[in-house]
Amino acid sequence: MTVGKDVSALFPDVVNCMQTDNLELKKLVYLYLMNYAKSQPDMAIMAVNTFVKDCEDPNPLIRALAVRTMGCIRVDKITEYLCEPLRKCLKDEDPYVRKTAAVCVAKLHDINAQLVEDQGFLDTLKDLISDSNPMVVANAVAALSEIAESHPSSNLLDLNPQSINKLLTALNECTEWGQIFILDCLANYMPKDDREAQSICERVTPRLSHANSAVVLSAVKVLMKFMEMLSKDLDYYGTLLKKLAPPLVTLLSAEPELQYVALRNINLIVQKRPEILKHEMKVFFVKYNDPIYVKLEKLDIMIRLASQANIAQVLAELKEYATEVDVDFVRKAVRAIGRCAIKVEQSAERCVSTLLDLIQTKVNYVVQEAIVVIKDIFRKYPNKYESVIATLCENLDSLDEPEARAAMIWIVGEYAERIDNADELLESFLEGFHDESTQVQLQLLTAIVKLFLKKPTETQELVQQVLSLATQDSDNPDLRDRGYIYWRLLSTDPVAAKEVVLAEKPLISEETDLIEPTLLDELICYIGTLASVYHKPPSAFVEGSRGVVHKSLPPRTGSSESAESPEAAPSAGQAAEQPAVIPAQGDLLGDLLNLDLGPPVSGPPLAASSVQMGAVDLLGGGLDSLMGDESEGMGGSGFTAPGPAAPAGMGAPLGSGLGDLFDLTGGVGTLSGSYVAPKTVWLPAMKAKGLEISGTFSRQVDSISMDLVLTNKALQVMSDFAIQFNRNSFGLAPAAPLQVHAPLAPNQSVEISLPLNTVGSVMKMDPLNNLQVAVKNNIDVFYFSTLYPLHILFVEDGKMERQMFLATWKDIPNENEAQFQIKDCSLNADAVSSKLQGSNIFTIAKRNVEGQDMLYQSLKLTNGIWVLAELRIQPSNPSFTLSLKCRAPEVSQYVYQAYDAILKN
Amino acid sequence: MKMIHSLFLINCSGDIFLEKHWKSVVSQSVCDYFFEAQEKAVDVENVPPVISTPHHYLISIYRDKIFFVSVIQTEVPPLFVIEFLHRVADTFQDYFGECSETAIKDNVVIVYELLEEMLDNGFPLATESNILKELIKPPTILRSVVNSITGSSNVGDTLPTGQLSNIPWRRAGVKYTNNEAYFDVIEEIDAIIDKSGSTVFAEIQGVIDSCIKLSGMPDLSLSFMNPRLLDDVSFHPCIRFKRWESERVLSFIPPDGNFRLISYRVSSQNLVAIPVYVKHLISFKENSSSGRFDVTIGPKQNMGKTVEGVVMTVHMPKAVLNMNLTATQGSYTFDPVTKVLTWDVGKITPQKLPNLKGIVNLQSGAPKPEENPSLNIQFKIQQLAISGLKVNRLDMYGEKYKPFKGVKYITKAGKFQVRT
Repeated sequence: MTVGKDVSALFPDVVNCMQTDNLELKKLVYLYLMNYAKSQPDMAIMAVNTFVKDCEDPNPLIRALAVRTMGCIRVDKITEYLCEPLRKCLKDEDPYVRKTAAVCVAKLHDINAQLVEDQGFLDTLKDLISDSNPMVVANAVAALSEIAESHPSSNLLDLNPQSINKLLTALNECTEWGQIFILDCLANYMPKDDREAQSICERVTPRLSHANSAVVLSAVKVLMKFMEMLSKDLDYYGTLLKKLAPPLVTLLSAEPELQYVALRNINLIVQKRPEILKHEMKVFFVKYNDPIYVKLEKLDIMIRLASQANIAQVLAELKEYATEVDVDFVRKAVRAIGRCAIKVEQSAERCVSTLLDLIQTKVNYVVQEAIVVIKDIFRKYPNKYESVIATLCENLDSLDEPEARAAMIWIVGEYAERIDNADELLESFLEGFHDESTQVQLQLLTAIVKLFLKKPTETQELVQQVLSLATQDSDNPDLRDRGYIYWRLLSTDPVAAKEVVLAEKPLISEETDLIEPTLLDELICYIGTLASVYHKPPSAFVEGSRGVVHKSLPPRTGSSESAESPEAAPSAGQAAEQPAVIPAQGDLLGDLLNLDLGPPVSGPPLAASSVQMGAVDLLGGGLDSLMGDESEGMGGSGFTAPGPAAPAGMGAPLGSGLGDLFDLTGGVGTLSGSYVAPKTVWLPAMKAKGLEISGTFSRQVDSISMDLVLTNKALQVMSDFAIQFNRNSFGLAPAAPLQVHAPLAPNQSVEISLPLNTVGSVMKMDPLNNLQVAVKNNIDVFYFSTLYPLHILFVEDGKMERQMFLATWKDIPNENEAQFQIKDCSLNADAVSSKLQGSNIFTIAKRNVEGQDMLYQSLKLTNGIWVLAELRIQPSNPSFTLSLKCRAPEVSQYVYQAYDAILKN
Repeated sequence: MKMIHSLFLINCSGDIFLEKHWKSVVSQSVCDYFFEAQEKAVDVENVPPVISTPHHYLISIYRDKIFFVSVIQTEVPPLFVIEFLHRVADTFQDYFGECSETAIKDNVVIVYELLEEMLDNGFPLATESNILKELIKPPTILRSVVNSITGSSNVGDTLPTGQLSNIPWRRAGVKYTNNEAYFDVIEEIDAIIDKSGSTVFAEIQGVIDSCIKLSGMPDLSLSFMNPRLLDDVSFHPCIRFKRWESERVLSFIPPDGNFRLISYRVSSQNLVAIPVYVKHLISFKENSSSGRFDVTIGPKQNMGKTVEGVVMTVHMPKAVLNMNLTATQGSYTFDPVTKVLTWDVGKITPQKLPNLKGIVNLQSGAPKPEENPSLNIQFKIQQLAISGLKVNRLDMYGEKYKPFKGVKYITKAGKFQVRT
């Protein structure tokens, strides 16, 4: 305001003007003070008296102005004098003063947090949430949110249904900015059940019609988050979905800056709930004078919304865009055509022909982009569109970008046997080998080795040339290493080389740029914020993010057991570790007591199991990564093939705490529970001083339990029961203490269902499914061991993607395959399949080969191990053939036993 | 929250001509990141609205040739900031008649008073123009003369009444001798028409702008003949949402003066009539430095109303040197620097369709342009809301007098593009 001049020297003179009745002059003096008080702290004290006096002025405007200005003067000495006037102003009769004072608490907290706490301002602020004036409520919420940000752990905004109700009432009446504060605050609330969530949603929905786009987006955030709790069958759920679409579309008619932020958020929403905008494709069509940042975002969303129903329209648009002026945009449009082909299988042919049309335009960058995406299409649909290779080869000379060159070389190498002059083509690239980028060099090396393996006679010279270029004349370690590997492979075992280099590649997945589901869920909680613009959680970029609290979507109601699993399970596990049971006894099972000595295994189950299955897994993993590197390398960086190691590795995050999110889709239909064997006697009475235990194991959605019958066959009353397991192969452990409520009288028996979890300590047992149990009562401690059927460990999300299945099946070495006969079973294939499904063995595909039914099935164990099965059923023959493949072949036998038991009962 | 730390106003030549800090001072050098992005974007419109720098985030809008660049430090809703910045620009427009560098510099004291009043420590304080005008009087020539003679100020010394009431958008004690309420129903057609003349995408963006000069606390209700058209609506906060939900009537106590009552969107394709059609032939010959250009515009379903104010603009490809055209109606200009062809057609009479045709001269030796220029069409139709929306009646409660009422309809082209 002073045009950069320092006018602090005038401080005393200005302060003298402070005691004026002229409001404008007063305001200007205050403005001056805010700017210069810091440079003249001693002088600033002179102003304090006037401030204090102004805080008692009859005019509320002046009272508010004074308290507002004081908060902006960041001088410690002044802060002390601020407390009393502030306290008065917080209780002022005038709401305008109160709302200003509420903000002042936040300012003061920023200067001196301790002071604010000591003076009890935080409590006063909390009281203001119940204020009668909605603006005061809004500002109090805003101030509390700001303070809470610097104290993530403090429970400042302790929301309960009553305070939520007050906020919702204030929401209707306060200003647009206040509405944003309140909505953002509501979004942090966790409703206790779906009814509460619905009633909040109902009261928030009118905000979607607000003219202020920030209000709209904050309301969308609240709704998206609480929707998670509503059951999809609810009528209201459908209504809500319908209501969300129009406001989102309306945001796109606003100014371009708003559009941009809206589009970034819509991108998230479309990934989370595509159904909301699936009919609104057209609003994302690009206008030629949209700013580039809007164009690129629209394009991205168009691809996400592309489906069989609208693909024709989308392709027509994309083709149009590919002739636009802006190079970046054109490139992205061409790439988008390729992504459509990969996403919507039915459109692949049309996409390919569109790409060919574009190649005919001979516009350099269009051709290059087209070749890069065609390579991806080849990897998605092998042996389908290779007829276009000839056209591609015509454009070889115009390629000057590394990515396009690498893609072209990959194509030539991959289909060397169909290209007559493949050797000449590759040789032509070889001339300038050292001038190429690393990407192209690596690709060229691989392609020539492929060519050699396919046509060994004519290309011996070429391969030697490239190997020597790569190993001897190159400074790049990656290139050298790859060269040496090939060299050795070729010289020691050409057959193995063929298997490695020409191995069938896994198909690329449909969408490579989807945001990872857990991150997506977190980002949904941050709709409307910077995080949603950057598509990163705030912890990843906010400066000095003082321990940002990770937000997560609420779990869907009705799955309470899965909701508690992340927290409850580990703590139960710890409880079980405490030696609550037995005094020492020199016994085989002494191990039980040593639980504390062993390393506490409380991580994800996979970590534990890898210790046990270690030998096999490690080897497998190592080999996989080598192969993975190979196939990755061939594809260039553009491919994000599902790594071959993924199926084994993926189990862990899916199976453990995060599983509940995925269960929404996976676990709904299988409430029936799996097969339960009849109870057998585990501990006869004569071995246990009159206590007889019989039992069995069962599995209901996501929970395993041990169903026990305790019978007292002794003459005295039994009480004080407790149970403990020894370490076992899958970490089974009681999830709760054994509860026998009343003492067990003689000749009485009691049925108990003991919930189990799989987070206990792991030790490999023989047989694998052996479980050693100790039971204690007031008489003594007894030990027994039992075998549990493996299917209680089959988890609900054990259904593998078809392609993943194919890839994994091929990927597991043949020596891991085990064959079994299931005899005397007279079910047909469909009955088998549905019966097994009940126990979480999922049929992925069914094929009929020469009158035999082949079922392809997958299942996953609680520790993340996948088992793939092929079940052959001949209509006339009562015995089935079961082939099992698993990275940990030890489990196969027990899986077979489970199959046998399920099918025969 | 501490939403906006600082605000910089930057003109097109890259001068920071105003800065305001709400907390501590942030050095001007933070704007260097903005200039960098601006340079990269080439076109001013293409500067990304959110830029991250090592210690701050810059959120900017571009309005009336001025960049409003705000500096923020913590996680905030960017829409919040962008909406606020637009509100600041609106306020300047409202106070000074224009939102330009000169106007802002001429009224620098008022600008600072306004900014101080609009935002307190990152919390928006008063953004309603009604309230601001009570706190800070807008400048008029008369007042500045009076002020300089009497020494009185243009800062109000009473608390704006709206701040306390549940209707913060209206001030109390409004008095007019002529009580009037005018509504303008303005509809803009956004459309993309493809080469063959079929509609790829069309929707209507409608608004109802109001000018209400009524004394006291009038309670208005506005009803429509066909409210079903309005299923995607954004409301001014004054509108009672419940009444709309249940009765489809807009019931409200209006702010004083000019404001936007609602904005709405009509998207279902069959409701959006396209009032003009364009026949076009733009072609460039291979290996020759010329091309043909022939465009005719004609009226289509316009319910008997005249299409007027027709202007066509075309961004011709870079290789175009100049254009030699004849227009049967109106006049055309071609700017050889920006390559923009503008044809001011005026009114379309169906008897004699306006046509513009002739030769396009290309740079010799340049390859044949690949891209096909899109035609951007503007037009206006008076006394027609193309969606068919009609106001039924306006009733007033709460006050005794009889106001003068009026409704005006107009249809315009929004982003109306014809691909060739």
